[in-house]
Amino acid sequence: MIEENKFATHYRFAFIDEATKREIRRKLLKAIAIPGYQVPYSSPEMPIARGWGTGGLHVTLAIIGPKDIFKIIDQGSDASVNACNLRNFVHTMTGVETTLDTNKATIIQTRHRITEEVLNKNQIFVYQVPQPEPLRSVERYENKTRQMHGEADYAKMWVSLYEQYVRHGDIMLGAGYPVKVNGRYIMAPSPIPRWDIPNLNNSEAIHLFGAGREKRLYAVPPYTKVEPLEFEDVKFHIEDFKGIPCFRTGYKKAFLDELYYDDGSKHYVINDSNFLDKLANKETPIQHENAYLNKLDHEA
Amino acid sequence: MKHNSENWLLKVEGLTKIYGTANANSIEKTGPLFDSNICPETNAIVACADINFELFPGEVLGIVGESGSGKSTIVKMLYFDMEHADGTVLFNKAPYIGKNILKESNQSKRAIRNHLMGMVYQNPRDGLNFKFTSGGNIAEKLIMAGNYHVGTIRDKATNLLEKTEVPVLRLDDLPAHFSGGMQQRVQISKAIANHPPLLFLDEVTTGLDVSVQAKVLDLIRELQQELGIAMIVVSHDLSVIRMLTDRTLVMKNGRIVEQGLTDQILQDPQHPYTQLLVSSIL
Amino acid sequence: MGYFAVKGGADAIENSLALLDFYRLKEATSPLEINQIVSQLRIAVGKIMSEGSLYSPEYAAIAIKQAEGDLLEAAFIVRAFRTTLERRFVSETLNTREMFVRRKISASFREIPGGQILGPSMDYSQRILDVKKAIETKENMEDLLKTFENKIDKENLAAISFHDKVIDILNKDGLIQKADKKEDRRLMDITREAIRFPAPRSARLQMMTRSETGALMSMGYSSMRGFGSVHPTVGELRYGMVPVRIKDPRGRIRYIGSVEVTEAEMITETKKTNDAGVALFSIGYGLCFGQNDTKVICMGILDTTLRNPDPSLPANDQEFVLYHSEGIEAMGFTNHLKLPHYVTFQSSLNNVREAVERNK
Repeated sequence: MIEENKFATHYRFAFIDEATKREIRRKLLKAIAIPGYQVPYSSPEMPIARGWGTGGLHVTLAIIGPKDIFKIIDQGSDASVNACNLRNFVHTMTGVETTLDTNKATIIQTRHRITEEVLNKNQIFVYQVPQPEPLRSVERYENKTRQMHGEADYAKMWVSLYEQYVRHGDIMLGAGYPVKVNGRYIMAPSPIPRWDIPNLNNSEAIHLFGAGREKRLYAVPPYTKVEPLEFEDVKFHIEDFKGIPCFRTGYKKAFLDELYYDDGSKHYVINDSNFLDKLANKETPIQHENAYLNKLDHEA
Repeated sequence: MKHNSENWLLKVEGLTKIYGTANANSIEKTGPLFDSNICPETNAIVACADINFELFPGEVLGIVGESGSGKSTIVKMLYFDMEHADGTVLFNKAPYIGKNILKESNQSKRAIRNHLMGMVYQNPRDGLNFKFTSGGNIAEKLIMAGNYHVGTIRDKATNLLEKTEVPVLRLDDLPAHFSGGMQQRVQISKAIANHPPLLFLDEVTTGLDVSVQAKVLDLIRELQQELGIAMIVVSHDLSVIRMLTDRTLVMKNGRIVEQGLTDQILQDPQHPYTQLLVSSIL
Repeated sequence: MGYFAVKGGADAIENSLALLDFYRLKEATSPLEINQIVSQLRIAVGKIMSEGSLYSPEYAAIAIKQAEGDLLEAAFIVRAFRTTLERRFVSETLNTREMFVRRKISASFREIPGGQILGPSMDYSQRILDVKKAIETKENMEDLLKTFENKIDKENLAAISFHDKVIDILNKDGLIQKADKKEDRRLMDITREAIRFPAPRSARLQMMTRSETGALMSMGYSSMRGFGSVHPTVGELRYGMVPVRIKDPRGRIRYIGSVEVTEAEMITETKKTNDAGVALFSIGYGLCFGQNDTKVICMGILDTTLRNPDPSLPANDQEFVLYHSEGIEAMGFTNHLKLPHYVTFQSSLNNVREAVERNK
């Protein structure tokens, strides 16, 4: 039967076997060489459920080294339960130092937000992606979407945006707004809010996207053009919080969370937990700058 | 217009389409003389073979024949709706001059369709996306031709609907709720949206009520005169051919049996099959 | 405030894990033994080996115990464990004609070579709840086993025999369609390469053998019920132990053990004709670890339907069937809705509020 020592648990550095790590790295290089193009990969199962971040984990574990400093956020927060779970896993499997400080981290894994604090050229930003295919809403077959990307046949996508405008008066896409990368591929930036989209453009950092369940990797290398899809007269715009200040810091220029208290009162607070903490501590983190943010008429 | 034999817009040579496995005799042993498209040796179906013709700018060419004649197959091949088409098709439009467009890449073919061709199908479901509004369908063509300004797109779509006599209030309605005749008009709007030099019309009035047919045919004739588009009109109905076309190809069992000026063919048909067709006009 | 204060997150998780063990054990009289699960929950163990894609009754049993009987979770645990294992060999092709047969039946013929062997199966029992199982004692157990042993005449054991399969007979008579020359015959490994569509048959069969049984069953069922086009018959269904061999580093073929598998060959009439214009039979194949008639029958049905794409029939749509019967992915993604989505929601909220404004 089973002896005790058969189950001595001993996992290699970063859990994934070396051959798979090598495959992921090669595919990531291909992804960087073709910005926005979805590269299929083997995507082995992980002890975390599909749809809960296996793709992001694959990327992180394939590229992380003992000297890296790792940060992970979920919906902008370091404290979110799933972020805690994944942080534990990465730390246990690598022994790597973890941090909540955006500026200190060398690898940042995220679920559905880009940090408010600007990213620099020593950082790699890893996204957890539920649906890597930006055309899935207009074409359900992988067979066909692959062809559409190959032939740059994006007409259906554009018409669906036109139809939204006709029906609702505006393009109604919220999080995960489709973008065109390097003037060639339409890409799904993962369900980040529109607020974050402009920060992909011409970034100093490397942006890597892992869709574990759908088994695709893609990337936006530094200083790459990333443009949200828009018409000449129906333009992309970010969420507008109408100058409502964060109730803890008074800051008006960050993406806010809406909170409802037991007594029915409503409050708004900065979503990015580390940015919030720094501001509350009277520090001065440098925020991402972009034209859309500057257009918002409210002083910080 | 005077046809200098070198100023053709489209030149088709040896266009052939065979289903199944053919052998050396498949083409020789099928055709009007055999009254069959099916190769007696291999059971291959020769949908059409050895098709040669030219189309000149602004000209309307008819292709007439009965079911199985191969007329729709020709147009499908020219519009790249069909795989494994053999033959040479030359299109006198930059940057494709001198190239056999049947052998171009999928991306080039898509570009040719988007910028230089239009197609109206017999069944509106083949030419329109019923999940989009009529404006959206026209927008698709305009966007593929490089228009990304919604205001301009809507203006152009409105103009086209006016031209094809679709009430402009229906711009934002879904074609699923339109009558057959109106769906065809929307299809026509979409097909000419990008001002193509070449338009295909495949049995576009078959299946419509007679009075509606007449109106749609009138519309097509007016548009052709106004815009000077070259057209290939496929029909089994000689009266449609008579109304719209300058020249005609008569097809039987996948081959051209007669071609010439439409008037002459109708008044003085030479081939026995053409004579049969002409004498059968009600 | 919420459950997202920094300390709160980690503590909350710790407590949740503690509760898991608490609920599992608070009313237990004694810990479940792994060999009890392996031996007395044999079918569940087989299902987990199949869906977990790892042949090990013991690891499957541990996963079932860990997951408190949640078989979706257990299969997931085994799959994740599998990822950590090194692959040292690729086995020689298994020949199920070498099966040590425990069960072998055919619906296509009344008599088949070797006979119809019913084997251990619920098919011939009535599903009347047997409350006596609640008071089964060790003595009952020993008595039952003794009675069974006494039925065997140890002096007159039959020789182990191997028999032609039903499809071998049909094949000899030229009644089975040959594989389409244009068919994609690549031997893919879906654990090493992402699947792209249309997928080769090897990939389709690999995906189906690991599919969640219920999902596969519903697709196969739909195909039989009017959303489908096939009328299959069970040509042969076998369950037993099949030897596994590998080539060692010196090139010698070595036997390394046997695996418990169920196999089905479903015979279907099709419209595809051979060169002489005759419509022959087509074989749909199913194979999985453990004893699982349902899975292999449905696999066989779907093997045929997937070879005949038809946009109006869900069971004939490769992408639909294969993507959505993958249990681990389906369970993960459906459950991921429980993760916080408040930022994504905030974005939508913004849109809808603006739309309401515009319409004022």
